[in-house]
Amino acid sequence: MAVIRDMIPAFELFQPTTLQDALALLAEYGDEGWALAGGLDSFDWFKDRVKRPTAVVDLAGIESLRGVRPWGDGIEIGAMTTLTDVIENEDVQSRYGLLREAASHVATPQIRNAGTLGGNLCQDTRCWYYRSGWPCYRAGGNTCYASAREAMNREHCVMGARRCVAVNPSDVAPALIALDAQMVIAGRRGERVVDAEDFFIGPAIDITRMTVLKPGEVLTSVRIPPDYAGATFYFEKVRDRQSWDFALAAVATAMVTSGGNIQRARVAVNGVAPYPVRLENVERVVAGRPVSEETAEAGGAVATDGAKPLRHNDYKVALLENLVRRSLRGTEA
Amino acid sequence: MHDVEILTDREPSGYSRRSFIKGVIAAGAGAYAAGYMFRAPGGLAALPSAQGSVERLITLNVNGQRRPVDVLKQETLALTLRYKLGLTGTKLGCDRAECGACTVLLDGVPHYGCSTLTHQVRGRQITTIEGLEAADGTLHPVQQAVVAEGGFQCAFCAPGFIMSMVALTASNPNPSREEAAQALSGNLCRCGDYNKILNSAMRAAEYVRQRA
Repeated sequence: MAVIRDMIPAFELFQPTTLQDALALLAEYGDEGWALAGGLDSFDWFKDRVKRPTAVVDLAGIESLRGVRPWGDGIEIGAMTTLTDVIENEDVQSRYGLLREAASHVATPQIRNAGTLGGNLCQDTRCWYYRSGWPCYRAGGNTCYASAREAMNREHCVMGARRCVAVNPSDVAPALIALDAQMVIAGRRGERVVDAEDFFIGPAIDITRMTVLKPGEVLTSVRIPPDYAGATFYFEKVRDRQSWDFALAAVATAMVTSGGNIQRARVAVNGVAPYPVRLENVERVVAGRPVSEETAEAGGAVATDGAKPLRHNDYKVALLENLVRRSLRGTEA
Repeated sequence: MHDVEILTDREPSGYSRRSFIKGVIAAGAGAYAAGYMFRAPGGLAALPSAQGSVERLITLNVNGQRRPVDVLKQETLALTLRYKLGLTGTKLGCDRAECGACTVLLDGVPHYGCSTLTHQVRGRQITTIEGLEAADGTLHPVQQAVVAEGGFQCAFCAPGFIMSMVALTASNPNPSREEAAQALSGNLCRCGDYNKILNSAMRAAEYVRQRA
């Protein structure tokens, strides 16, 4: 992994200023092309020689992909907006504090200054067997090294596995699912919009991809509706170190309460499955119940239904139940 | 090809380790290092360029100076600064956005030089550790604070930490120790000198406030 191997292998670099030009370039190069956002995921791949694109299309020069703007009564955030700009945005702070919390837990200040919202959502898994270039299922091979008998899989998944046991590393993904956001995707044949929870896919759908993005498609913006603006939010990320690290498990919960009762809630977790998981069974259990320790207990009890831990990660089951429980008490982290 | 600035020797002996190293780079040993870093089958310089891709000859704004430089498309800012411009104060530790030794300021904001393509910083103000001191050689208040506190042990990480401290004290000249720790959380010190580094950051803020 962290071994310096001098220069990144050569590639062509394009810096288009319009989305149309970027899409045309990505279409032209097909599998040999690479859309570059902040680079914090991409450069690791390039430096390790595991991914070697012929042409890199830098999206940073496309002004329309940046910034936070009104969208109806909600907001739309350009995919190339840096995480720092998301954190410092007044609308995000005042109405969507859940996203602010999640974004401010990403990595380090330097990474948040360069890393983008879209890049954080579209980043690949950090399973080290896969990242090191081993020919696993996700890399197109025919085995999973992380679930082998001797494998080190403390950081891998406890649910949603299908041959691959890697986890989605994004911190902002569960927050956007809890806020019922939508992802806007542009391709050569036009635009499509998918719900945040459907944007991420597990190995049962396509083992080589983390999202519904097809080659040549670009995530252009995220739309957050007003439904959960100003709701009761809770975000917590558990990691081995207090900076830099990816989540061992993270929870993002948005609750609309009235008279001490939970009217509706959305609960999403990450770091526990190959995709961020919306816990609809928890949402159903707590809806209509008072904000109380009993409700939190009831929600936590069903949070890990069907979980199947690996040899070294059964702690994640208890961790996840407790995180969900905490998130339902109606208090800040 | 090595457009190296000439350092004025300010040390009593008229001779410093840094100026010796810079002299060596200027004299051609650096050409060997650059030859190693920039090697490729057939030579990277000979690679053809696709139509519409970026121009290799660019001018960077580094520490207030315009620096014309020939930059490969895949070249990171840390490599350009160290091996093309001779600004070896910016360190390469992990080369994976994991240690912060390569931290430089882009328009005043800290970034990892190892994880930024040089072609992405055209038109931006790049500040490295070499650009902090005044024209007369007076150290930046942050550097003075680090000297006063003896802030580092081996100090390989110091340039990166100091750049983060400069950004912190510019945006928040009165930080709490907790806020300073947050601002420096993207830099690693393997000597484990964090307490002294935080003392330096707090004193740096004090010096910056005094100067304002």
